[in-house]
Amino acid sequence: MSAVSVTLSSRTIDSHDAPGCTGWTSLADLGPGNSGVIVDLCDSADPATARRLFDLGFAPGTSIEVLRRAPMADPVVYRVAGYEIALRRAQARCIQVSITV
Amino acid sequence: MHPGFDHGLTVAPPDGGATTRGATVRLALVGSPNSGKTTLFNALTGMHAKTGNYPGVTVARYEGSTRVNGIAVVVEDLPGTYSLDPISIDEEIVADRLDPNRSHESAADVALSTAPDGLLVTMDATVLHRSLGLLAQVLQTEIPTCVVVTFTDELARRQGTLDFDALRRALGVPVVTVVAGRNSDLAALRGLLANPSDWDAPIVLPPTATRELSAWVGSVLAAARYEVPQIDERTRKVDAVLLHPWWGSLIFFATMFAFFQVIFTVAAPLQDGIETFFAYLGSLVDTYVSNPWLGSFLSDALLGGVGGVLVFVPQIALLFLMISVLEGIGYMSRAAFLMDKVMSTAGLEGRAFVALLSSLACAIPGIMATRTLPSARDRLATMIAAPLMTCSARLPVYILLIGLLVPTGAGWGPVSTQGAVMFGLYLAGAVAAMAAAWIASHVGRGAGPLLPFYMEMPPYRMPSVRSVATSVWGSCKTFLQKIGKIILGTTIVLWLLLNLPAQNDAEMQAAGIDTSNAAATSEHVLNNSYAAGVGKFVEPVFDPLGFDWRINIGVVASLAAREVFVATLGQVAAAQDPENPSTALQEMTVVDGPRASQPLFTAPVVAALLAFFIFALQCVSTIAVLRRESGSWKWPTIAFTSYFALAWVAAFAANRIVGALM
Repeated sequence: MSAVSVTLSSRTIDSHDAPGCTGWTSLADLGPGNSGVIVDLCDSADPATARRLFDLGFAPGTSIEVLRRAPMADPVVYRVAGYEIALRRAQARCIQVSITV
Repeated sequence: MHPGFDHGLTVAPPDGGATTRGATVRLALVGSPNSGKTTLFNALTGMHAKTGNYPGVTVARYEGSTRVNGIAVVVEDLPGTYSLDPISIDEEIVADRLDPNRSHESAADVALSTAPDGLLVTMDATVLHRSLGLLAQVLQTEIPTCVVVTFTDELARRQGTLDFDALRRALGVPVVTVVAGRNSDLAALRGLLANPSDWDAPIVLPPTATRELSAWVGSVLAAARYEVPQIDERTRKVDAVLLHPWWGSLIFFATMFAFFQVIFTVAAPLQDGIETFFAYLGSLVDTYVSNPWLGSFLSDALLGGVGGVLVFVPQIALLFLMISVLEGIGYMSRAAFLMDKVMSTAGLEGRAFVALLSSLACAIPGIMATRTLPSARDRLATMIAAPLMTCSARLPVYILLIGLLVPTGAGWGPVSTQGAVMFGLYLAGAVAAMAAAWIASHVGRGAGPLLPFYMEMPPYRMPSVRSVATSVWGSCKTFLQKIGKIILGTTIVLWLLLNLPAQNDAEMQAAGIDTSNAAATSEHVLNNSYAAGVGKFVEPVFDPLGFDWRINIGVVASLAAREVFVATLGQVAAAQDPENPSTALQEMTVVDGPRASQPLFTAPVVAALLAFFIFALQCVSTIAVLRRESGSWKWPTIAFTSYFALAWVAAFAANRIVGALM
């Protein structure tokens, strides 16, 4: 382990303070065409996954759009931080969003 | 996926000497996958890259050199990474290479034990948000860093904007732009390469805490007046079709089918040309070489053996051409996306699909590509499955055998039967690989936690001619080197085994052979050769499959490399009828036993051979790499014995089923 990666592996993900936000939902429950703002990652349940998702651009406060599903509904392509990335349902469950559309 | 089937058996050559080391500047390229990193590497170092491995692990190491103002600059292309907080072996390599606190004494190779003198970080201008996150981590290492912004042409096309001077001021490090490795863009970068110690460094390091980092990224983007590019309409429209649950799947299978049709139809005229050339060389040998031993060596071992394998260069080149074009366009990640659910039924993930697809070239890069899989369990399962994927070494064997089974030109309309049979063989290999992965994945259950799955869908891009050419040339070079080393060596040994012990005329006459009949004498020598002894020794094992001792020699010799099977049959046929080896193969008859004087290569025998080669792990290099990657002899032993048993049973079944249908 390098010194930098030790520092990086001890990061915790701060959740996004969404003013006036009432309903949070898991990204896995959104269908194609839906958009939302990322509110929180599953930092306590699975910190390694949460840190990786953060590094991929799934930062709390970022908008996200559900684009399309693969055959048999999994994985799903999302648009986040200006690019497109596919996640499986298991990882999408790690991401809490507040729906905007 | 790195191009070429690097066998991973070489080590990085020691660079420079004690005299030049002081003057050599070492730079490393860091960047996320699809950020144009390898394109930049090829542009900077030309075709002079050397491949090797990092010590202890088998991550391929790409290093190239260039000269700037008389100073030698060595550039290392680190594996693509999204973060310095690693979750796979590839990413651990990057994190470790950038660690300024690494011990300088432990490793023997100074080039590896010290951090690079400078880092070139490639950042895709269209995904600057994410790229800045990685840059912030890289800056934490406090190694001099230069940012290379790529894909600015695409940014402009999609109406995004970026002020490079403002970005430079905001970051505090040099920023240059290089589009597609263009030489006109490289000048500014080249000017910087020689003196990384003079590069500007940020006064304050970027934060690591997540909320502060998000704020930092936001402020840098605002300062650089970054306008996020519009959604790439072209990509979106194409994806609406290519990723459509029905159309997308249909197009995927059509693409794969067309893939194998092309390998046959396009390569055929090129192969005819090579065959004609070797036939011409053979006629020269007949005309000018009077010594029968030398003549036999030249025409049987060299032209028959090596030439027989060289014929497949056009197909190998086409295979790699299509793989690298599909990869460069961005279709590979779409294919992985479409296949992910299917892969998950075997306990694997979409990225394992890419490793298995690389195995179509050669199992060795496929096995090495499993290092991008974070999960130890997935890695093992994919590694075990890789040798069942139809590698390019099987291609010559299949082409030869299909040629014996199906007449050229047979087909329904534009679809060639030969291509369809080939597609079926590839499919059988893939299904077997999935089944093996499923078993290995379930046996290895509990070998570590499930790790996150994610896969970037890059916009469709035209791959540069240079990167495709580099990949195709690299693969053909490796194939030719393999012919030069393993196959030539094996062919020479085989020729000796096939022609020794030498028989003089007196012995032949004693055995009742007409010494004036060339075909009869060469057949007599062959039947009494050492190779015949080996072939006959293993006959009890292969007899139920319909193989005679001549085929057995090929099967045993193909352990060195599968292509040797073709070379061996070429030699055996040439020994039987030196005038016309290709028809000799078709007309070859069984020498003894109940099927004596019947054709040897009947449909059931060819079907059995095809079935055998689908499954058998006939490759010592793959076994060696499996041993090294899995850390013990356990898995290669299990794989070799179980795949051999599977191959034998399948060959037996194929022989009986085709026999019953005939």
